Parts: sequence; structure tokens; C-alpha cells
Amino acid sequence: MRVFSVGLISLLLPQTAMAQAPATLSAMEIVEKANHAIFYQGGDQKARVDMLITDKQGRERTRQLTLLRRNFGASDTDQKYYVYFNKPSDVKKLVFMAWKNTGADDDRWLYLPALDLVKRIAASDERTSFVGSDFFYQDVSGREINEDVHRLVGEDDDFYIIESTPKNPKDVEFSSYKNWVDKTTFLPKKAEYLNDKGIVYRAYKALKIEIIDGFATVIDAQMENRNTGSTTRLHYFDINYDIGLPEDIYSERYLRKLPKAFLK
Amino acid sequence: MWPREAVFAETHNEQPSNGLWQTLAEEIDLSGYWETRLALRLRSDPEQKPFSLAETRLQLEGERDFDAFTIEVTADIVFDAVSDERALGLDGDGDYVDLRRASVSFSPLDFVDIKVGRQILTWGTGDLIFINDLFAKDWRSFLLGRSVEYLKAPTDAVKASFFSTAANLDIVYVPEFGADRYIDGSRVSFFDPATAGLRGRSNPLTTDEPSGWFTHDEVSARFYRTLGPFEVAAYYYDGYWKSPAGLRPDLERAFFPRLHVYGASLRGPMFGGISSAEFGFYDSQSGASRTPLIQGNEIRALVGYERDLGQELTLGLQYSFEHKQDSDFDIAEDARFEAPQKNRHLLTLRLTKQFWQQRFEASVFNFYAPKDKDGHLRLKAAYKFSDAIKLEAGLNIFYGSQATFFGQFKRASNLTTALRFNF
Repeated sequence: MRVFSVGLISLLLPQTAMAQAPATLSAMEIVEKANHAIFYQGGDQKARVDMLITDKQGRERTRQLTLLRRNFGASDTDQKYYVYFNKPSDVKKLVFMAWKNTGADDDRWLYLPALDLVKRIAASDERTSFVGSDFFYQDVSGREINEDVHRLVGEDDDFYIIESTPKNPKDVEFSSYKNWVDKTTFLPKKAEYLNDKGIVYRAYKALKIEIIDGFATVIDAQMENRNTGSTTRLHYFDINYDIGLPEDIYSERYLRKLPKAFLK
Repeated sequence: MWPREAVFAETHNEQPSNGLWQTLAEEIDLSGYWETRLALRLRSDPEQKPFSLAETRLQLEGERDFDAFTIEVTADIVFDAVSDERALGLDGDGDYVDLRRASVSFSPLDFVDIKVGRQILTWGTGDLIFINDLFAKDWRSFLLGRSVEYLKAPTDAVKASFFSTAANLDIVYVPEFGADRYIDGSRVSFFDPATAGLRGRSNPLTTDEPSGWFTHDEVSARFYRTLGPFEVAAYYYDGYWKSPAGLRPDLERAFFPRLHVYGASLRGPMFGGISSAEFGFYDSQSGASRTPLIQGNEIRALVGYERDLGQELTLGLQYSFEHKQDSDFDIAEDARFEAPQKNRHLLTLRLTKQFWQQRFEASVFNFYAPKDKDGHLRLKAAYKFSDAIKLEAGLNIFYGSQATFFGQFKRASNLTTALRFNF
């Protein structure tokens, strides 16, 4: 009954432990907690994601995918992702697999069912579109927190405001970004990316958060690209934590033979 | 579980279905597409029709899970205006149906996966170059201008896969030899050294295909594992040359000599991209070295490199090498035969770029053989109007002199366009 007890404790936490959270968290401590809250909660996680991409002209495209994520190694470091595409039909049954290696490039594979082809794909620029959406690979799998310098630039009753500037500005398209980190859940409620003129050209919003299996979880989020006028809305459902994803599903075997018990 | 907001209501609609079609579609997880494709030859070939393709096809794909097994079926219903034949077979190219998949898969033990039936099979590390992948290819589709997924022809086989922490093993048993859909002149003319001219529809290649269940069979095996981020594999094949590689003494009928292949491959991240290397030793029919009528032993190898250049632009490069082993006859003494090239080098380049949030994709692929200065250039542009509708245009150019590997297909160079509706 591990899941139940974790859930119970977490439900109690906001009223007790959180209320006494030390007022003197450093910027890095906040970023570490936020990084954990978005990308690492639970030992593993399953979620279905509905993606709605709306371009400047109002044309819509959708994707539905199932995400199986499991943590490996020391806490908040390596992870493996299995992404199965349910819709639309031109990408249906496609599988994307990534092994996220802290401090090194990801290993990535794509399975193309029409050719029965397991394609190894080069670790790409992390700041390019994830499946044509306004989210980047890095928004989905996380940006390493030591790639930026973080400063606590503001605080109110609800949020810490963290400003992050890249250590290698040449590697990224932004000059800085700001996160509004919720003081209770440590989930960023809002993020803004600024270009070198100091103008916000890319904005993220967590529209809805729910407690699932004891973990505060973003279930509705939006990314807006103000340069292109395109917006992507992500809607998460059928979310479960700690479902006991076996390690071997992140292998070539399960690219060809879907781990259906976990995809339903 | 989720808030039923208007914007997502449609995609989340899982209410009981309200029609027979919808029930059926859900039961078998039905999807597919309808595609109409035209390919116009850029040069006239007196042996062929002006269009290399004029077809419309409906692909239906279904899958059903039962407790202990899964059934998958993918079938294309094709109407092909160029083909002279109209048959009720299941193998495309003149048949009304191209049955791509019809298989049952199950796992009798937790470390074993079995798939029985018609299936598409692929392994190896090459990009449009195959060394240890001796599963059937559809070279006609590839040259005529069909979508690249049709380069893989289906195979009727039993595939057994065994998994362990140390290594994995795939064994594919094909009870009756299945040849490539090779170039025989019927749709694409080829150079015949005997007449020093093109041979096409009026006089296609005739072949003796090994037939007979269990007597003319094929076995393919792959033994593989990962070593850190690297994937290593060893391969074995026992069967026949997949495209005709021998001539009967009458010099008329071609056939498929026996072939064994032993090979290995390595793939992993290197030099900021994905690097790969593969080699295979082609051990042809015994006695092949004593006759010019049968393709002899060969060593084939390739190295490849692919990397992301940023801005959704990907580069792929390959070098491949084929070395023909010495033969025991002197071909110069026999005027009927042209000495084959001892060593063949091939370079490939691929560039792919996505535009407009991946709505538009443009790609270039070029094969180039420096010695003969022949090659094959494939240009493709595809635009997605929506999730359902895709328009594609492509250019397939073959170049080089008529007696070269790619140059012989010069008259098959085509401009292709296709419209696809996914459902």
C-alpha cells in the first residue's frame, strides 16, 4: 500500500510541513525542488497527453501520445522515456524512446512500424520543436539545472520568481527566462522566455494542477510562441505514478512489441 | 478524470459508439489512408508507358488483442492503371490487393516473442543500403516513385526472438523462398549486356524462382546486444540471392543462386552524431568462381554518419564498398561477358529539413558511384495541410552512362506527385 501511504502524507503536507517551509531557500534550492516537481515525481509515471497545436491562422493539429517515464540512477538525474503515438493516424504506432543521461547527450530511438525500422536518431538541438508543437524537447524532458545561473529576483505570498541566465548563451535562443514557482507545490505556474531585446517571445502557463497519487501534477498547460503566433495546449489524463514500469520496456524488444499492459 | 473542456471534448469522446462502422473500427483499431499517386517519366522509353505510376490505393490496417495473442492485418487495395496485369493475387504490382501484413504474435515464455505470418522485417544499420538485411525488397516500387515504405516487401515467415540480459537472438524462418520485387523489365527497363541495349516490357527477364515449402527455404539470424550506448550485432543468412544473380547456360533464364551471408554491425553515438559500421561476406553458390554465369563471392561494407545540424536540419553520409573475390576463369576469353567491376564504391548523402512547425518537409538523398560517375538523386517535398491531408512531390533522377548500375535506369527518371488522406 505504498502508493496509498505516500498519497496520505502528501495530502497532509501542505497544511503542516509546507506551512513551516524555511523562508530562506536559496535560488538553487528552489530550482532543484521545481525541477524535481515537474520532471521527477514518483519512481515512474504514466500519462496520456492530448496536444492541440493552433497556428497563427487558427489551423489546428492534434496529437495524442502515451508517455511512460521512469527514473534511474541517483535522484533527479537519469531517466528513460517511452513515447507511443496514439493519434493522428499518420504517426499512429510510432514509438519514440529516449534515455536521458545527465551530463551527456540523450540516446534516442524512433521505431517506424511501416518499415519495421528501429532508427537511432542523433541527439538533436534540445531547443527544437517536440513533434511539431511549441514545446521543445527540453520542455518535455527537462533542461539540466546547472546549464543556467539562477537568481531569486522576487517573492510574494504564493510564488518565488526565479530568473535564469544561460552559462553558454550561444547554445540557446533565449537570453534569460523567468519562472514563477508555486511555494506550496514547487511547480512553476508560469514561465517567460526573453530574447536579447528583453522582450517576452515565449510564454508557458500551467492552467490546472491536481493532486494525483499524492503528487501535485500539472494536467493542463500551454506554451505560446509569440514570434510565430502559434500556441500549443497540453492536456494530461489517465495519469498514474509508481505503476512499476519494468526496466526492460526501454529496449528494442518493446519498440517492436508494444508494452500494451502499460499503454492502456 | 479530465475536465471536459470544449476544446478537448472531441478527442476524449469515449462514449459508447453509435454505429456498426464505428464499433467495428474501434474493435479492430482501424486506421489507414487513401492515396492517389502519379509518376511521369522525364524521358521517353519506347519499351514503357509514359507514366511510371498511375494508381490509387486504400490501405486498411487493423489490429486486435486477444488474451494470449495479437492479430495484425494491413492490406492495400490497389487500382493501378499502368500495369498490364489485373489479378486477384495478394502481392501488389498488378494484383488488386497488396497484403502487407497478416500475422499472429504471442509470447509463449516471458523471454520469447513469436510472430507468424506475413510481416515486414528490417534490421541492419544502412540507410537505403542493405548488407545483412536479406529480407525481400521492392526495388520496383523504389524506382517507380512510390513512398519509401514500399521499398520493404512483405515476407511470409516465422520470427522467433529470444531475450536475455546478456544478448538477444532473432531467428527468421521463411519456409518458401521469397524473392525481391526485382527489376525484370516489365515496369522499368534495364541494360542487358548480351545485347548491349535496354530490355523492357516486350521482353522481360524470365526467371526460375526456387519454389517448394521447406525444400527451398531461408533462415536469417541476428545476435545482438547493447554495450553502453553502442549496439553490436552479428548476422547470418542461409538462402538465395534475393534478386536474380545467375544465368542458365541458355543465357535466357535467370535464377537465384544459393547464398550464405555472414556479417556484423556496430552503431552508436560518435563525433556528435550517430555513427555506424557494417560488413558482410557474401558466400555465393559453390562453383560460382568457375563460371561467369553466377555472381561470385563478395565482401560488402559500409560506414555511416548522421547528425543534427540544428534548425531541424539533419545530415546523413554513407560510404559503402563492394569487393568481388577473384574468380578461376578468365572473363576476357569469353566475348559474351563483360568483366564485372572488381571494386565498387558508393557514396550517399541525405539532407532533411523541416519547416513551419514540421508541416513541410524537404529532403534530398543522393547515391553516387565515383568510378562510373553514375547515381540516383531523390528529391522530396511533402506538405501537411492538416493531420489528415498530405501532398507530396518528388523527383527521382537516375544518371550515368547506360551500362552503369544507376545509369541503366535513366529512362525511368520520374516526377511524382501524391495526395494522401489519413484516417
